[in-house]
Amino acid sequence: MKLTRRDALTLGLGATAAALLPMSATAAAEDAIAVFTGGVEAGAGDITLTTPETVENGNRVPISVEAPGAMAIAVFATGNPTPEVATFNFGPMAGRRFASTRIRLTATQDVVAVAKLADGAFVRTSVMVKVINGS
Amino acid sequence: MISGDKPRVKMPVSAAAGAEITIKTLIPHPMESGQRKDSDGNTIPRSIINRFTCEFNGESVIDVRLEPSVSANPDFEFAATVPEAGVFNFTWYADDGSVYEMAQEIAIG
Repeated sequence: MKLTRRDALTLGLGATAAALLPMSATAAAEDAIAVFTGGVEAGAGDITLTTPETVENGNRVPISVEAPGAMAIAVFATGNPTPEVATFNFGPMAGRRFASTRIRLTATQDVVAVAKLADGAFVRTSVMVKVINGS
Repeated sequence: MISGDKPRVKMPVSAAAGAEITIKTLIPHPMESGQRKDSDGNTIPRSIINRFTCEFNGESVIDVRLEPSVSANPDFEFAATVPEAGVFNFTWYADDGSVYEMAQEIAIG
């Protein structure tokens, strides 16, 4: 494909839009997180979110979360059309508070994990995942 | 679910009393997100597995709420404690009302 000046400009505009977009996407994600926490501020703490740094294919991105003592852990994809991904509620027969699955990411974005602890406090962490081909 | 395919569970057949085990599950399902369009430009309606539960002898191990951002053929890995011999029950709930179930016994020893 030949890259014309018009194409280059369009690409540039697209990149600018993409750079601006995460702001609004993050706002939607923060709203979704507030629904999970009931508006309680989630601080940093003992929670681990493991993802690849870069993925070729956004259709199956392996993630795992762990937060010792958590009652529940919710995962959010801040750049997806709907930020909620999954909520893991741990029961009395759960072992360590760990879960792993595969998720869809439409583009490069921050993935956020939030854990609800036994005392009602919330902790969160986030990881930037670079996606080459979005889902 | 894709017809003919069954959910799969991978876990040990026995464990020491009180031990922690790792369980892996997978269900074949397209997890249609509701974001895609067909060739005529019509939105393909959302149809996903929206909940997965695992219980041991009737008590909850994990209860997962899934959204369309979970990949097709959703798989999970998690940990359970096994204080006694018994049965793990696995249940997947789909948007279309279908419920898929599996059970697996575990012995102590």
